[in-house]
Order: sequence, then structure tokens, then C-alpha cells
Amino acid sequence: MTARSLFEKVWDDHQVVAESADAPAVLYIDLHLIHEVTTPEAFTVLKSRGLALRRPDLTLATLDHSTPTVPIRSLADLDGLVGKAAANQIRVMIDNSHDAGVRMLGFDSDQRGIVHVIGPELGITQPGMTIVCGDSHTSTHGAFGALGFGIGTTEVGHVLATQCLLQRKPKTLAVTVNGQLNRGVTAKDIILGIIGKIGVSGGTGHVIEYRGSAISALSMDERMTICNMSIEGGARAGMIAPDDTTFEYLAGRPMAPAGAAWDAAVRRWRTLPSDPDARFDREVVLDVAELAPMITFGTNPGMVIPIDAPVPADTGNTSFRKSLQYMGVDAGKPMLGRAVDVVFIGSCTNARLSDLRQAASIFAGRRVSDGVRVMIVPGSQAVKKQAEAEGLDRIFTAAGAQWRESGCSMCLGMNGDTVGRGELCVSTSNRNFEGRQGIGARTVLASPLTAAAAAVTGRISDPRELLAS
Amino acid sequence: MEKIIRFTSRTVVLAQADIDTDQIVPARFLTTTTREGLGKALFADWRYDDKGKPRPDFVLNQPAAAGCSILVAGDNFGCGSSREHAPWALVDYGIRAVISTGIADIFRNNSLKNGLVPVIVDADSHAWLLANPGAEVSVDVEACQISLPDGRKLGFPLDRFSRYCLLNGVDQLGYLLQQSEAISRFEKNRAWQP
Repeated sequence: MTARSLFEKVWDDHQVVAESADAPAVLYIDLHLIHEVTTPEAFTVLKSRGLALRRPDLTLATLDHSTPTVPIRSLADLDGLVGKAAANQIRVMIDNSHDAGVRMLGFDSDQRGIVHVIGPELGITQPGMTIVCGDSHTSTHGAFGALGFGIGTTEVGHVLATQCLLQRKPKTLAVTVNGQLNRGVTAKDIILGIIGKIGVSGGTGHVIEYRGSAISALSMDERMTICNMSIEGGARAGMIAPDDTTFEYLAGRPMAPAGAAWDAAVRRWRTLPSDPDARFDREVVLDVAELAPMITFGTNPGMVIPIDAPVPADTGNTSFRKSLQYMGVDAGKPMLGRAVDVVFIGSCTNARLSDLRQAASIFAGRRVSDGVRVMIVPGSQAVKKQAEAEGLDRIFTAAGAQWRESGCSMCLGMNGDTVGRGELCVSTSNRNFEGRQGIGARTVLASPLTAAAAAVTGRISDPRELLAS
Repeated sequence: MEKIIRFTSRTVVLAQADIDTDQIVPARFLTTTTREGLGKALFADWRYDDKGKPRPDFVLNQPAAAGCSILVAGDNFGCGSSREHAPWALVDYGIRAVISTGIADIFRNNSLKNGLVPVIVDADSHAWLLANPGAEVSVDVEACQISLPDGRKLGFPLDRFSRYCLLNGVDQLGYLLQQSEAISRFEKNRAWQP
């Protein structure tokens, strides 16, 4: 039999109808995650055509994008907190899920959270699955050896009605990451380094498989950070072969298989990793032994430098110049030492428990620098509870940071958590696009360690200098 | 969906590379529950000042842009989020084709489902189009090619299925629903159940 990659095995296993020159493949979807922002129009189409949801049992709903990050007592509070339109969208989502018989992890659930954080932590994200959501960071689930990718609202409607999608088979890109990380350098720095190397369109048309010793050594939280930002390199999906680290993470989770079903699942999952002779359409190799903490300086995630390096020289490119002008950054000058106004620690990229622990290791015994606004938003209510059980919340609040309810929050500023015009925000999120965090906001993407270092020093700072020896 | 066979228009040019979906339609406009009316949010932060007044220096606000239905954009157009609001906003505004050297995957998929034609051209032709805003260009979906004013014809990639759907105004859900028996068979016979 021909050697196959992890992606090809998952793809082959879900082809209801194989692709041909005339038509794309009909691909079966094992898990459809839905949230309030990208589904209302899809439900409207279903209703207008008199169609029912094919598999409500394979659909899971939550509220994350436009939800407030302060506690609410009732849905009536929403209008005042996030505005009438967002509040209406949330209520429509609750009603649609209820009417369609979809399980909704809403405000009354302690399992609510960012859609890409709760799937894994509930154990409903599993190796070998196809997982889609109307959100480009669905690539996160690839950390488990699942094929997860973002879709538009029309496609959300397709999955609601048929549990299938029409897809052309993408190409494959192997990104091999070797070497041992230095202290203070994290998974976020690896993925920013990869995007810097391949560029923001380097993965277009491809599914990435991250492999190599540096990837195998990562925890599941860290693997999720890597796969999460595949889309920032242009790839709709990024995958990592499941291994014992994966299985240990999933064992005993509420929606993971149990008993004999667990044993059977693990046997099947062990067959998923790419065959030794599997071929990829492209390959990229990266060594991280010399990698430094990475930060962005421009307005896309490919505009990234080691924290101690200067912003690249001006080559006369107008897009580059426009970007630097927007950021108020000078070509050839360091980012290090620049004053920051806001620090955001959160998002589906970096708001899991290990991210918060790392941030806390910097905040412990220190104070947020005067004039810096620091918002820490856990990825889920479960992460929030765990962090509070460990006392992380007290470290943050004692330092002067805000400790919030879970949600997407300041990553995209839909819920009123925004960065002001001209303000510089060091953010653990995934996109530094113009205006992403608020009109005129300037975003510097970084790891939780680097973000926390900026919070306590009030400047862009190298976290390695603050870590306890 | 409306059939799209061929059309001709002057171009409007946004030369910047990597124009992301947050620029095409900022997140604060995503609280809508309908796809209509997003044209006014298109490129909102580039198009309007703080008071909501059109910025005269932005290309879409200039008289020459009126009535243009072909957007020529820098490389990697539509990168970023999966929001279908981006093609909805472009179509609602009146754009029917985007020409670039690269178009992001999810945006491309979403465009094809909304009658917005994604056209990929080579770097030299792209450079000419960027340098000649207002050029009269024809987009021929049937022939999968565009025609430039000097008579040059440039083919662009479009898979047969997408071409068929655009030419016939077919929405893909209808095709998927016809696969319902195959889907049931797949669900029944697969080796494991999710």
C-alpha cells in the first residue's frame, strides 16, 4: 500500500464521495462547533428551505466571540454590556440551538469558553476526526491529529443540513522543527518563527504537518498554540501526529471514550501518524536551538523579529512602509524598550492553564507598571476555575491586572474589550492586523511570558531577564 | 443565485499586499444576523474618518471608482478570519471579481459561494493592472479568462464544479442534498462512529 501522511489517512477515512475532475469530494464531518457570530445566517437558510439539522448530536454550541468578560446575572444584562446588536446575536444563537436540539454550553454552563479551548478540554476533540467551525482558528484542533479547519457561513449551513462539505483535496506541507528550546522561549515563539520563515501566504492551499523532536517534546497546550496559528501562515489546517502525550491528555475527559471504547480508540489512533515514507508536496525545516522570544512589529503575523533584533530595514516597499507608519515604528530601530499602553493575555492561542501559569511566573511579586492596562482573560470557565484553585488569579489581581470571565475578548474586540486609537498593546492573541483590537489600535503579538514582562516593566522587554534563575 | 457568465468593468485598485478580512469588514460589524447591507461596512476604517465622513483620499471614495465592479488587489487578498461577511460586503457594495496574484483559501471558498469571482493572474500582468487603475477589463467565467484593454487574454484557474455553479447560478447545498443516500450509507458502514 502507498505510504500515506497523517492528513491523507484522515482525508481518506472521511470521503463519502471521492473527488473527480468534475466535482470536489464530499467530506464527512465528525464534529461541528458553532458559535454566535457565524451561524445565524446559516440557520436562516435552513429554515427558509425547510431543512432540519442532520446530526445535532455531532454539533456543539457555545458563546464566545461577542460575550462580555464580566459576570452576568441574566440575559437582560447583555444589551447594556455588549450593545443591542451583539446581545441580539447571542439570544438568536441560544434560540437556534434550542430549536435544533443542539447542546449549548451557554452562560449557565461551567463548560462554556472559547470554542477552540473547550473542544479539547472536554475531550470531544479527538485524533483522526474531521472538525469544522465557522472560525479560522479551528486549525487548533489539529494538535490532536484531527483535521480541523475554518469554514464560512454558507458552509456552516452545508454541515448543519448534510454533515458534509464539498472540498478539493489540499496539498501537504511538512514543517519539521528540531532542537531544544532555550529558557524563556515558548511554543508561541516557535509558531511566530515558522510564520516569519514561510510568510503569511506560505501555507496557502496546504495542510501543514508539524513534526520533529521540538514538536514531539511539546505539551498539548503548546501543540494547540502551534496549530492554532497555521492560518496565520495561510494554511487552513495544521496537524500533529497523536502520541502518548495526546492520549494522556484525553484520558478521563468528560466526552472522551471510556472503558473498552477507549482502548479501541487508542488502537485506532496509533495507526494515524504519517507512514515513514509518506511524501509531502513541500517541506520546510527549522531549528529552534537558537530561537529567541519573537515579537511582531508590523500589521501581519509574518512581520516578526527576535525580541532583541531591530525592525528590518526599509526596502521601499509601500505595504511595508504603510504598516510601519500605522504601528508608529521605525525601520532599523529596536522594538525593545518601547512603551506599552495595554497588555492582553488571552485568546484561543494562549489562554490555557499553562499559558496563565507562565504569565503568573512573571507577575509573582511584581506590580503592573503605572499607566498600563492589563486584561487577563482565561480561555474557558474551566481554565478560570483551575487557575483560581491554584491562586493564579490572586497573583494577577495583586499585581494590578484585571481577571475576567472567559471569551474571545480583546483578540478581536467584538464585545467592547478594545484597545484605544494609537495605543500599543502587547497581546498573546494571533492577529496584529490594523484595527483588529479596536479602531487605530496597534498590536504586538507575543508569548504570555513576553506579554507579562511588558506588563510589569511598562515596555517591550525580554522575558528572559525577568525569569527567576 | 444569479448566473455569472461574463461582464466588463473598469477596475478599482488597492495595491497593498495581504489585505485581511478585518480590513474588508471590521469585527464590530459582525454582530449582524443577516447578510444584507454590509456594503456600507466595506473597508470601513479606510473609507471613513472618526466621524463617519468619507476620506477623500481613499480610492473607493473617488469619483473614478463609481460603478467599478472589479477590484485589483495586492498579493494574498482576503487573508485572516473565515468571516463570510467579507465577500458579502464586497458583493453588496457591487464588486463582482477580485484580481490578484494570490487569494487566501477560506476567502476564495466563501467568494465562490456568493458569486464573487476570484481571479489569479501572473505577476507581470498583475503589475500592469496595479499600474493602470480604471482599465476596462472583461471577466469571462465560461472561458476562465480575463481580457485586458490591449487585447491580451489571461487564463485563470477555476475548477470545473465552481465554474458550473457560477455559470448556472447553482447553489452547492442543492448538490450536497442530492448525496443524501451516499451520506446515509457512509454513516451506516464506517468502521467507527464519532
